[in-house]
Parts: sequence; C-alpha cells; structure tokens
Amino acid sequence: MSLRLSQGGRLIDRSKPVKFSFNGKALSGFAGDTLASALLASDHMLMGRSFKYHRPRGVVARGHEEPNALMNIGAGVFFEPNQRATVTPLREGLEAASQNHWPSLETDIGAVNGMLSRFLPAGFYYKTFIHPRPAWKHLFEPFIRQSAGLGKAPKEADGDQYEYLYQFCDVLVAGGGVAGLQAALRTGREGKRVLLLEQAAVWGGRAISDGDELDGQSAEAWVAQAVAELEAMANVTLCLNVVVSGVYDHGYVLAAQALPDHLPGGESPRERLWRIRTGKVIAAAGAIERPLSFAGNDIPGVMLAGAMRDYLADFGVVVGPRSVVVTNNDDAYRTAFALKAAGQAVPLIVDARPECDSPIIAAARAAGIEIAFGSAIAKVEGGKRVTGVQICAQNSAGSALREIACDAVAMSGGWSPAVHLFSQAGGKVIWDEASAFFRPDATRPPTGDDGVPFVSVVGAANGYLEAAQALADGAGEPVPDGVQAAIAAVWRMPAEAPAKLREKTWLDFQNDVKVSDVQLAAREGFESVEHAKRYTTLGMATDQGKLSNINGLAVLGDALGREIPQVGTTTFRPPYVPLTLGTVAGEARGPLFQPLRKTPMDAWHDSQGAYWEPVGHWRRPYCFLRGDETPEQAVAREVTNTRQNLGLLDASTLGKILVKGPDAGRFLDMLYTNMMSNLKPGRCRYGLMCSENGFLMDDGVVARIDEDTWLCHTTSGGADHVHGHMEDWLQTEWWDWQVYTANLTEQYAQIAVVGPQARAVLERLGGMDLSAEALPFMAWAEGELAGIPARVFRISFSGELSFEVAVPAGRGLELWQRLMDEGEALGVMPYGTEALHIMRAEKGFIMIGDETDGTVIPQDLGLNWAISKKKTDYMGKAAQARSHMTDPERWKLVGLETLDGSVLPDGAYAVGAGENAVGQRNMIGRVTSTYHSPTLSRGIAMGLVVHGPERMGEVLEFPQISGDVIKARIVSPVFFDPEGERLHG
Amino acid sequence: MQFRRRHSAFAIAREALRHHEGWQRTWEDRPLRRKYDAIIVGAGGHGLATAYFLGKNHGLRNVAILEKGWLGGGNTGRNTTIIRSNYLQDPSAAIYEKARSLYETMSQDLNYNVMFSPRGVIMLAQTHHEMRGYQRTAHANALQGVETQWISPQKVKELCPIINLDGPRYPVLGGLWQPRGGTARHDAVAWGYARACSDMGMDVIQQCEVTGIRSSNGQVMGLETSKGPVDCDKLGIVVAGHSGVLAEQAGFRLPVESVALQALVSEPIKPCMDVVIMANTVHGYMSQSDKGEMVIGGGADGYNNYNQRGSFHHIEETVRALVETFPMVSRLKMLRQWGGIVDMTGDRSPIISKTPLGNCFINCGWGTGGFKAIPGSGWAMAELMAKGGSPLADPFSLDRFREGRFIDESVAAGVAH
Amino acid sequence: MLILTCPYCGVRAEETELAPGGEAHLKRVDPEGSPEALEEYLFHRANPKGVHFERWRHAYGCGKWFLAARDTVSMEVFGTYPAQISEPPQELIDTIRARRPGWEPV
Repeated sequence: MSLRLSQGGRLIDRSKPVKFSFNGKALSGFAGDTLASALLASDHMLMGRSFKYHRPRGVVARGHEEPNALMNIGAGVFFEPNQRATVTPLREGLEAASQNHWPSLETDIGAVNGMLSRFLPAGFYYKTFIHPRPAWKHLFEPFIRQSAGLGKAPKEADGDQYEYLYQFCDVLVAGGGVAGLQAALRTGREGKRVLLLEQAAVWGGRAISDGDELDGQSAEAWVAQAVAELEAMANVTLCLNVVVSGVYDHGYVLAAQALPDHLPGGESPRERLWRIRTGKVIAAAGAIERPLSFAGNDIPGVMLAGAMRDYLADFGVVVGPRSVVVTNNDDAYRTAFALKAAGQAVPLIVDARPECDSPIIAAARAAGIEIAFGSAIAKVEGGKRVTGVQICAQNSAGSALREIACDAVAMSGGWSPAVHLFSQAGGKVIWDEASAFFRPDATRPPTGDDGVPFVSVVGAANGYLEAAQALADGAGEPVPDGVQAAIAAVWRMPAEAPAKLREKTWLDFQNDVKVSDVQLAAREGFESVEHAKRYTTLGMATDQGKLSNINGLAVLGDALGREIPQVGTTTFRPPYVPLTLGTVAGEARGPLFQPLRKTPMDAWHDSQGAYWEPVGHWRRPYCFLRGDETPEQAVAREVTNTRQNLGLLDASTLGKILVKGPDAGRFLDMLYTNMMSNLKPGRCRYGLMCSENGFLMDDGVVARIDEDTWLCHTTSGGADHVHGHMEDWLQTEWWDWQVYTANLTEQYAQIAVVGPQARAVLERLGGMDLSAEALPFMAWAEGELAGIPARVFRISFSGELSFEVAVPAGRGLELWQRLMDEGEALGVMPYGTEALHIMRAEKGFIMIGDETDGTVIPQDLGLNWAISKKKTDYMGKAAQARSHMTDPERWKLVGLETLDGSVLPDGAYAVGAGENAVGQRNMIGRVTSTYHSPTLSRGIAMGLVVHGPERMGEVLEFPQISGDVIKARIVSPVFFDPEGERLHG
Repeated sequence: MQFRRRHSAFAIAREALRHHEGWQRTWEDRPLRRKYDAIIVGAGGHGLATAYFLGKNHGLRNVAILEKGWLGGGNTGRNTTIIRSNYLQDPSAAIYEKARSLYETMSQDLNYNVMFSPRGVIMLAQTHHEMRGYQRTAHANALQGVETQWISPQKVKELCPIINLDGPRYPVLGGLWQPRGGTARHDAVAWGYARACSDMGMDVIQQCEVTGIRSSNGQVMGLETSKGPVDCDKLGIVVAGHSGVLAEQAGFRLPVESVALQALVSEPIKPCMDVVIMANTVHGYMSQSDKGEMVIGGGADGYNNYNQRGSFHHIEETVRALVETFPMVSRLKMLRQWGGIVDMTGDRSPIISKTPLGNCFINCGWGTGGFKAIPGSGWAMAELMAKGGSPLADPFSLDRFREGRFIDESVAAGVAH
Repeated sequence: MLILTCPYCGVRAEETELAPGGEAHLKRVDPEGSPEALEEYLFHRANPKGVHFERWRHAYGCGKWFLAARDTVSMEVFGTYPAQISEPPQELIDTIRARRPGWEPV
C-alpha cells in the first residue's frame, strides 16, 4: 500500500492540512503536496484508466512527463480535463475525478478491451470495420470515439483570466537545476541580462532530493547560496513555476507560468504566457527517466525509480513497505538507499547488467542490499496494484528463477536528456552509444537571424547526468568523467521475451502501445520511425513520448536489425508540455477579441438604436432600430425618408488618402484606370483602381485640392490596403517620383447629407454658399459650416441631392448633432449601411465586394467610360489585354427584375441549356446584388450575365436549391431616376 | 481489384492466434528497375492516387512511385484531414466533389479502413458579406451536383452545441452546410493506396531522391536518382512544395511559392463535436478526431518558408478565434503544434497540367486544400497522363496564368482551406 | 517569429510589425511587354530553398518598404536594404557568398 511516513517530505507543511476530494470521496493532504502525492499518501494507487484497453493505472512519474495520472479537475466554469496530478498543487477544496472509465474507476466496463487486447493490436482498425460501408460512420466510429478520449469535455466558457508578459533578455536559461543555476551565475556575472525560468516550485532540480554534494556543500546549501547571489544581481530575473514551452526562430521563446497564488475565479490571472525575445538560450531542462520494458510494467505500484525517490524526499510518501528496484544503470541504486534510510524494505536490486562495480554498487553491497546482476523482471504480478515480481535471467526467455512478494517496483531504464528545446528550433541530436541516449549535437545547433548558434545545452540535458558534471558544464568548465558504472542498453526485459510477455510489456502507457505493437509495425513495413509512430500511436499521447520514444525506437531498430542512429528520431514539436489554449489566447477574448474602430459619432449611434455591422475592424450601423421595428422595416423607412426628406449617413469610415507632390498627377494616372492629372482643382471625379492582375480592387471619388494635391476617397474596408498599395509603388518602383501620401481616414469625420432637403439643412447651419451655381455637381468647396471648418463635396451615391461634409474628427459629433437639430423640422433621420446599399443599387451603382469579387474587371461592369483610352499604361492595363480578359463570353453587368416582383435570392445563378464536360449545369450568369426596393416596392437586382447588355428584355431562369425556378428579365441596371433629375435637387 | 491478402475481422482473429506474427508487409520493398511505362515522383497521397488510377482505370501497371523520404511523409500526414467539396467555381467543385465521392467508397475500394467519416462540414458566416458569399456557393453547388445548403444559426447550434452564436464581434449569421463532408485518417489514405499499388505490381520505392531529369527533343527520357538511373515513357511530378526544384531540373518554371501552414491538436477528450467547423472570418477551423483530440488549423505565413515551423502569432490568432467561437476550448491544452510546407499558386488553385516536355506532367499547387482532393486529383492526373487530356484536369492547366483564366476560390468569402 | 532590421529606422522589428510582400526585384511589365514577359512578371517566382530576396514593409513602424536577403530554410537574414534599388547591393552579395559557398545570384 502507499502511505505517508511519519517523517520527511521537504516540500510539505504538516501543520497545514488541506482538504480535497477524489471521485467524490473527502480526503486530506498537506500544503505543498501535489494531487498525486496526496492521493498516494491516502493509498490511492489507482488513478486512472488507459486510453485503449482501459487498463488500471497509477502514477509512474513525478513531473510533467506523467502519462497515467490525468484527472478531471474542478467543476462548472473552472472544470478542466487531463490535468496531470503530478504537477497539480493541492489546494483547499480541490475536486478531482479520474478519467476514462464507466461506471467507476474500480469497475470499468471498458476493461473488456483489455481482455480482447490480443484482437486489438496496433492498427487493427485499418484492417477491419470496412463492411458494410455505412457501419463505420454509424456504428464503429461512435463506439471508438466514445471509448477513446480521456477527460470529459468542458461544457462552459472559462471563468478565469489569462495574460501576456513580454520579456527581453540577452540570455534565457531554461531550467533552474544545478546546471541552469550555474549558467545563470556565469552569464549574470558577465553582466548579461539574464532570465532564469524553472518549471517546478523550487530551485535545484533533482540535486536536493537526490542528496547530492556540490563543491563540498550539501545541495541544499549550494542551491540556496546560488539563488541568493542571483537574486542580488540587478541584471538577473528569476522565476519559478514557469515552463519554457517552445523555442522558435530568431530567439523567440514562449513560456507558461502557472500562478501559484491563483484561486479559481480570483481577480488575478490563472496563467501567464511569457513572450520572450532572447539573444541566446541556454537549455538546462535536465533529463527524463525511462521505464524498462518488462511484462506488467504498467501495473499500479511500478514507478520510475527517480520518481519514487522524489515522492519520498519531497512528500514523505512511499509505496511500500517492500520495493524491488530494477535497473540497467547506477542511478536507481539511490532509490534503494533512500528507501532503506526511510525504513523501507528493499529485498532485491535487479540489475540487468553483467556484474560490474562502481562506488554506488559498492555502497549497496556494504549496506547489505542484495543485488542480482544479469537479471530481469520476467513479469510483475498483480492487477490493480503490484503484489510481486518474477525474476529471471536477462538473457533468457523469461522462465522465472524466483518470485518475490513486494508492493512496489522502482524501475530505471536510464535517463534521456531533455533535448526538446534544442531540437524544436532546428538543432540536431546524435546517438551516444556508450550512454544509450540522444544528446544535442553541438556542431548542428539551431541558428539565429545572424546565422550564429543561439541555443546551447548544459547539464543533464546535454548528457551530463551526474551532479558534479552538471556543475562543471553549467559553469562552462571542462566536465569531469563520471564515477558511475556504464549503463547497459536494455530495451527488452528479458532479452528473449516470448510473444505472451511482449504483449504485456508497455512502451507508451497512456496510448497502450506494447513492444509487440512496434514489432508488428516493423513486420508490416512501417520502417520509418514516423510510420511506426503513426501506425502504433507511440509517443502521441499527452506526454508526447517523453517516457516512450527512446524505448520504442530501440524496439523498432531491433525488429528491423538496424542501429538506433539508422532508425533516427522523430522531430520534437512545441509545446514542451501541453499549453492551455486560454493562455495562448490571453486577454484577447470577449470585447477585447479584436481591436474595434469607432467613428466620432459611434456613441450617438449606439444610443439611438444602431444595429451594428462589422466592416473590417470598424463597426457601422446597418440601420437604426426604432421601437419594435425589424431591421428590414427600419431599412425601408430609412430609404423612403431619405428619398422623400432628408437622411444622414456617417461616412467617416471611408478611406481618405492625401496624395501630394509635383508628380502626384502622374502617379494617380498610373493608379487609376481613368485620368486624374487633368482634374481641375475644386472638382471631383469617380475613379477605379485595379490590381496588376487587372481585377477591380477599389473605387472612390477623387477631389483635386490644389495644383499638386489630390484627396482620394476609398472604400471603408480598403483604405489601409490602398494606402499600402500606393506606398508600395512609390517606394519600390517609382521612387524617383516626387509624391507623398498620407492616410487621413481617421483625421476627418464625414457625413453624407442626402435627400431633397439636403441643401436646406446645410443652409440652416450657415457659413457657406452651397447653391447649385456656387457648388455644382462633382465640385467641392472649403469653408465653415456652423462655425466648424469643413470641406463640402457635392457628390452622390444615392441619386439624391447630396453633400458629403468632412470636418476635423474631433468636431464630427458636434456637426452630426447640429444636423439632427436643424434637420428635425425637415424630417431628418439617420440611415445605415443597408439603406446606403439599396439606394445605390436602385441607381445601378456598383459596390466593391458585391459586383466585384476579385475576378471582375471594370470592363465587365460597363465602366469603360471610366477607363482612359488615352493612357498608354495604368495598373492592370497589360493584364486586361490577355485573351481571357477580352473574351466576349465574359459575363457583363445588367439589371434583373423578377417577373413577379419578388426579390431574387442572394447569389442565385442563371442556367442555360445542357451540362458542361464534367456534368454540371451550364451557368450563364449570376446575381451580384439583390434587394427589395422600398422606393419601387419590388425586388431589384444586379447581375453578371453572358452577353448581358445585348440581351435586354430576355427572361432568364434562376433555379433554386429547393428545385423551384425564379424567372427574371434582363433590364438596365439603373432602376430609379434614369435621367438623374433628382441629383440636382 | 485483387489483394494478396484481404483485410477483415476474420483475418485479425486468425492472426491473433499466432500472436500477429503472420502479417506481411503492407507494401513490398522492391528494387528500382531500369525502365517503367510511367514513373510518378512523389509518394504522397496525390502521387500514390495517380499511380493507383493509372493501374485501375487505364491498365498501366508497369509503374514506379519514387519517394525521397518516407511515403505519405509530407502534407498528406500533416493536415487537418478535412474533406469537403463546397467550392464555388465549377472546376474546383468538380474535382473536389469527384474526390469526395471517391472517399465515400475508399475503404472498400482499397480494402483498407481510411475511416472516412462523413460527419458534415459547416462553414460559418459571420458577416453579411460572408453570408451572401455562402448563399452564392450554395446556389452554385446545387447546379454543380454538390449537396450543400444554407442553414440558420439555430441549425448550426443544433449540429454543434459547443458553439457560441453570439460572439460580441462576429455573431454567427448562418452557415454553409455540407452534410457529406467530413474527415478521414490521413496516413491511412497513403498506406492504403501504397498497398493497392504494390498489389497491382507497381514498385513503391522510398528513400529514392531524383537528382536529375534526362530529356531529349522535348521529351523526358529518364531520371537520375539516388538509386541509379531509370528510364520511363511518361513522367508525373507530384511533389507539392518541392515542385519548383523538380521543374527546374526539367527546365521549366512554375507559378508557385512555398509557405508554412500550421496546425495544432489538443489533448484528447470525450466526444463533444460531431461536425467540422470552419470560421473563415476569424481564421480558425476545428474538428474532433476519433482519438478525441480537437484538430485545429489556421492561417499560413506570408513569407517563403521550407522549415515546417512557421510563426507562432498565427497559432495565437487561430486559438483566439476558437476560444471566441467555442468558449469551452479555453481550458483544453495544446498538445502539439506543427507546420506543413504548402505550395501556393498565383490564383491559389492547383495545377494539373502538361508541361513544356511532351511526356512530362505536373500536379502541384494544392496549397491549403490538398488532402480533400487526393482521390480526385489522382483520378484526373492519371487520365491526363494516360489520355493526354481530362475534363477534370483541363481547367487547371498551366496556360491559364498566361490567359488570365483564374480559378479563384477566395472570392466566395474568405480563404480556401 | 522573425526579426528583421528596418534599414530606415534601424529598429530590429518583430514579424508582427512587418508585412511580407513577396519576391524582390521583380521587373514591372507594361502594356508593351509580351504575354510571356507579363506572365513571368505576374506569376513566376523564384521560390528557392535557400537564399531569397524579398520585400517587407515596416507596416506598424515607420511604414517603409525594404528588402531582405533571407535563407528560407535556416531563416538566416544576410542583410536588409532600402527598396530603392533594382539589384541587391554588391556588398550583400559578397556577404552571402562568404556564408554560402557555392551560392550564386540567379
């Protein structure tokens, strides 16, 4: 049984009991416990069920690499699945529940998969469930999905907050063990800006719980002294509970900090994402212990030897009282000593190596611990917990030489340097045959923007596993030889284990990948490590192969008769440990999801029932709702009122780009399809802009301000793009042209004053002569309106008498309010984007994004009048001469009217006779804009139709998805006031 | 077709009795011969499918598929496994629907369970502009023989209860629903095709890099490879992001650029999402794998990249979008993040085309949409190689760039994935 | 997450401040050009696995367009330079040659 000893546990505070629950049962631990240590302390060795066979599983590791003890934690908005119990700090009231079982952890129906495991080898699902065809979707897949998965899905939005922290440093040291502390000391003393981050809640890595001696002091004293010196350095920042998650190109590093003082729903953030730019990274992430591959190595009570020692030293917890140690290296002997020292029985150290000697082996002998060299565990006895082991010779097929009753097995297959950070950014690793691990290849490190290596590795992560070596390596000094006896590469235990043992020997605990599965993959030709991984799912569990990868690789190599370096390794991908998605999203959620651009009149709109529509990052009123109106009713009212009385539109979002300089005219002639250089000051002209591919990109009214200044209006969504486009050509192609541009979009508020009463309301404001004589159509004037400096553009996008008034942004609201006040007697109403769209469609004006979609050229839209014949060049002209662009079969703009007056559905297509070469109906046209016109009380539409303008009066058929067919007649796109009389008021 | 050994539940039970020690190689490991009727360079999904249909539809079996790494190791095994055909333009809808319909029976055709799961795909409309775009697509699809429909926000919620319809910035206004879209097990597609090709007598040759293309009088004569020279009557280049390198060896240039496209998966959780959702306004898409992982894709980098890493801020943007759209994912954890190198053409649509070399054909430029197209792409490419023309492939010819004959899918609102 | 030094304002700019603009030194083809030349200009891209000359705009900084020579595999940046030039500066070519023996400009 597992229990807490009456003494020991450097991290716990026995004076502070902490209550928590597990599967609804009230339990208690101490402050400083992890959930895993507290569960072990209360004899809960069974902590979960495996992914595929639903095998009973207990905790196997101490830290982030834990594959088994994953829990559902919390409830409601604080519920989180798949929390590793080994790194979940115990706190008062914590609710934990084990995963992947039904009806209960103890009695799990899914365990039948385990009994059938012989019929469910790796990849069995590729070979079956093939017939009958619908069965996969409706029968097999739902069953597989239900039995797979681990934790439950959260049901609610997250109740916690997250934030970003930005850091810049010369050196980032990832890992606060001995080597990392040394590296931080070294670089800190050099005066570098150093950031030292440690994933655990304490400094010193393994050294303290291992009881190492460093520079003649206890590890505890050495670490305390090192941390004190670092804390005293102004140029060093050090922080615990921060996992370095990923190293990216050019020194970009992500780290995740779990805030230890956070309580669910508290004011402070739960986690913090550190976004770091560093000159160099020193990776000191230590090493991760490997399991050994023997039958039954997944039974609760079998643990990594290092983890078992940690639980004892850190929390005073043991699985005991009798523990067998099984190893292929010296390190696990320490576990035997630690257990002995705590009064536990260690009946045997099973050492797979041939008899060898080293100081630690000698010490074990001296302590009277029995060692069986050249031996192996043939099989672990037990179901939901270990009851004993069968011992055999390593070089055998597993016939048991003796049986030992025990409660726990401490296993060590050696340690793998944590090369992840080095590898993520492009560093290569090499196989170290003598030490049986991959270590970073210092000759092929990741390089930075300057081509110089920027990630180096020290300590155990660099393959120096002993404390004295890590101490030297971290300090940049020559590394002494180790004193441990050599590891033996033992990848299968025993070496000749028959199939029935291999089928019970786990490589990847969580995903239930066994030695026999990897051998099967090799047999079936999945020889590449990537193939084998994908075929068996080895290393794809939540620990991402931290425990299983090397063992799996070795088994694969063995099966293929290849050495490990020839098999190769998989690529390490970020994150190093799973990273909460909420942490990645940070504060950008809800109202802060994306920046929101607002016009100066935004608050007024909001208070007057604005029904908002996103336009790029802007929000614009789609319409203004009054009383119980639907948006459709509001839009109709706004259109009718504007046409009959007076409407105001907030046009501030329109792009306003000033183009100025001696060559500005020449430049605009290149940018627009029509001529802008010959526009007279004081006048306006509608212009079209195309991409170099010939497609219509943007449109708007250009006003010439003075001899060398033009003001270009663009669409709301296109302003930034058009400005960038202008700058692109000015800076990178015609850099000798003397032209300056400025994007003034946000400098001006702009209001369209539209309708028969437009002039009247402006006259009431006073200050400018806006008569038809003084300000004719397509002219503009500068002056003061109601005491506000203003530019008035006499332009119209509605077909009505219309003025667009631009004033400094800070006075926009004032003007708007004055217009509303003065307009009240004239029947003024604000209108939104939909009324704008309808009115322009009634007049047959095109809208970028409706009539255009990135494949339409101005010639398609009957805009040839806006394409200069005189100019030898403009953007897109060359492309518009290509054969497909001049094809007479291109669809051209027309108006469409349904025969019954109904509204054509958005996006409907017209069909011709027959089908094309691939059996699709032949399409001959489509609807680009379609509305109910309140003015005409019927549906109106614009569309692109093959030979459209030549087919006036023809009736087209628009089949609906329902099967109905709507008939519509081709008409002129100008539905209202074709003579343009209203324009002049 | 005839398989050497058929897969079935019975076969598994039989092998289980001998501890699965009787299974054979999925595809044979054969040496490179000196001459083939046709060689396909690139053993990704598209290359293997091309070879498969050369054999199955056109009786051409003296074929080698050469792969410089391991088969299926490129974008075939690095995508988010979405299958749909709700494209706007006729040529795209045709080839993607061909592909989708072939996915329906792929497990049976290949006697290999590729786990095609027609669970349905919803493309969310979150602006009025997007809404009109998808309504247009729905109309076009009806005429193209692609089964899609425009659905209401309530129906979206019904199909995907974890969605938040009322995001403060981009409320869900509806969606384009393709009920027979879905997902499949990506690696299995490559493995299944490789097995079928091998069983037809074709040589699937891994670790074989093409180092040169021999040509004479405008015809390819053969290849230089890391496993020696080889002659062929016809050559198909199907190497995605590495097309530029091969084209250069063959002496022509392509309108293609390579960029990194990133994806990520969460830790596995119990089933909570039975459809695939794509939200193009906010650049995120998500589905749940059979293992229970939430499979998430996002946008591509804007710069040329061959290193399969990509920039993290794209991941951030995607995750933000998904936390906004599916608030419950906030407390899930990202397990793994990776990038694939995708080849993008000038109009973001693929190239399946003849080349300046008479007997050399190229299939590339699938950009972000390659996996869903695999069987249709192979079908069309095989027909083009066998007959010199193919109604499915012809619109995707290289000369469209000179003519300005774009097949632009981005017009349907947002990006194509 | 790349860092590129803006040659105008000298800022070592984060990728998020920058807007990528594709291949550098393309020669614009006007309506007098041949269809082949136009196709080349509009579509054909170098797309090398290695040294790439490319355009960037310091969009959320000084607003200037500049050019960079970058390795598309290792992400090494050999140098950045102002956009008002029709070929890479000789000095930069020399730098690249020194770091990538055997490399020659196309």
